[in-house]
Amino acid sequence: MTDRRNFLGRAIAGLSTAMLAGCYDLDEKPWFTGALGKVENLTREAQHLFAGPDTLAPEFTKADIAPVFRANGSLDPGTPEYKVHQANGFRDWRVTVSGLVDHPLSLSMDQIRAMPQRTQITRHDCVEGWSCIGEWSGPQLALVLAAAAPRAKAKYAVFYCADPMTAEGDPDHYYYESLELSEAMHPQTILAHRLNGQILDVPHGAPVRLRAERQLGYKQPKYLQRIVLTGTLDGIGGGKGGYWEDQGYTWYGGI
Amino acid sequence: MLRMRGGAWPVAEIPAGCGNQLSFGANDPVNALQGTVVTTDVEKSPPYLPDRARTALGLTPSGPHYFFYRHRAWVRVAHWVNALCLAILLMSGLNIFNAHPALYWGDGSNFQRPLLMLGAYADEFGMVDRGVTAIGGHEFSTTGVLGASKIDGQLTARGFPSWATLPGPNWLAMARQWHFAFAWILVLNAIGFIAYGLWSRHFIRDLAPTRRDIAHLGREIADHARLKFPRGEKAKHYNGLQKLAYCAVIFVAGPLIVMTGLAMSPTLDAAFPFLPWLFGGRQSARAIHFLCAFSFFGFFIVHIAMVILSGSWNNLRSMVTGWYAIKGRGHD
Repeated sequence: MTDRRNFLGRAIAGLSTAMLAGCYDLDEKPWFTGALGKVENLTREAQHLFAGPDTLAPEFTKADIAPVFRANGSLDPGTPEYKVHQANGFRDWRVTVSGLVDHPLSLSMDQIRAMPQRTQITRHDCVEGWSCIGEWSGPQLALVLAAAAPRAKAKYAVFYCADPMTAEGDPDHYYYESLELSEAMHPQTILAHRLNGQILDVPHGAPVRLRAERQLGYKQPKYLQRIVLTGTLDGIGGGKGGYWEDQGYTWYGGI
Repeated sequence: MLRMRGGAWPVAEIPAGCGNQLSFGANDPVNALQGTVVTTDVEKSPPYLPDRARTALGLTPSGPHYFFYRHRAWVRVAHWVNALCLAILLMSGLNIFNAHPALYWGDGSNFQRPLLMLGAYADEFGMVDRGVTAIGGHEFSTTGVLGASKIDGQLTARGFPSWATLPGPNWLAMARQWHFAFAWILVLNAIGFIAYGLWSRHFIRDLAPTRRDIAHLGREIADHARLKFPRGEKAKHYNGLQKLAYCAVIFVAGPLIVMTGLAMSPTLDAAFPFLPWLFGGRQSARAIHFLCAFSFFGFFIVHIAMVILSGSWNNLRSMVTGWYAIKGRGHD
């Protein structure tokens, strides 16, 4: 009896070890990562059931603003081109809107500042787990996109940025991200050029960054230069819809 | 699921249709026996299987005992699905936590004043030489396990050690995908289980503590402390402590861990702003989520200890096959 118990005990221990080892291996099996990708779609669709296109993220009061808003990811693009822009106060910085639109745009910072502004005190949630509350100001992206007149086929807004993410030996590439058009048109999705009443500084994405308040931080790119409306994310960057997505993060960033 | 429909089922009374072997609920002998009143004197009935065969099956040797259908199929399946989900959720959760191994109270993170932080110190050459756990500003050295642990023989800054996380290496993107996939399975399983528990009256019958349970709680605690567990007929019902423990995980920690998990999603916070508010903010919700996870882990440790101390094979068999051996005649 004791021997048998020992044997069974060992068998169970062995089996659970094998199962755990199996779990570690599963990360590399396409069928498994494919299934996890399906879960991402399930999560996105379930969340959309409850959070309609106009459901607003919670907004806070000035008293809630974090004394120091943590800057994360790229803290300074540091390229020669960016340094020139920095030196002349981003006078020549342009944000262009192109792709599946009837009226492509090229906006200067003065034009962006001259549009109707939205100011919102919101909570920034990093995928790592921390949060910071800050006050952001800028025009709603919906206004900018409306001026560009998106075509019916446009499904995604792709954002191209000035911060290089090139690892050594890789071809040149810069940070990019993308959102569903409905999320890009959300009332709290703004082209933010002010943080806590100050002109946006370099660590936080000067001169202008995206705020999409129902999304995690990596979905809100800094140093924004180009917005392209497309019908598909295929063939852009690594094809997954963003720099971090190409590194394995989920494209849906609402959770 | 402690009640037997139609009375007890002595080993000696296996219906002819079941053949010569014990049939562990495969063709639901309970239904076949519905309404049967068992009158056989169990003590006098001969053991149905020779002792050698019983031992081989991991059953208790002969003696005055019979088998009692303790857990119905739905409960058993839900139990094991839940066990798998909780193991994967805990380990992938620790990997996610490692991406920012600190907890805070409130909506945002007050980086100067974490509730809990797992950190590491480096020597003058920049090599990690100490891991610490800081709780409310008090530091405890936890080198090797928390804050800093070895990877390929090299002490490295890491919240929880790689043997406790899924995947093993710090890999936030993959850990999140594991976590959310198994969170779905956990929640669907829980919804099925709760619907079943209400519909079958399992909760009312077997889990809801009675006045008697509460009155006997003191004695129950004393008995448990002396590792004296209910035997005989008494083992057919959960005792008061057991009921409270199961109710606490099913009706308190379970809903709490799901709701604090949902409160961390920025999109769901837009849909349900009361969610983070309910817990005092997103970072508080994250801290409560973490506490719930360790409550589940504590429950798991006690649960396993109780299973082993009160008869591992009998308990394990009953959660796999449904059948639990009642030994002795110890009436209430």
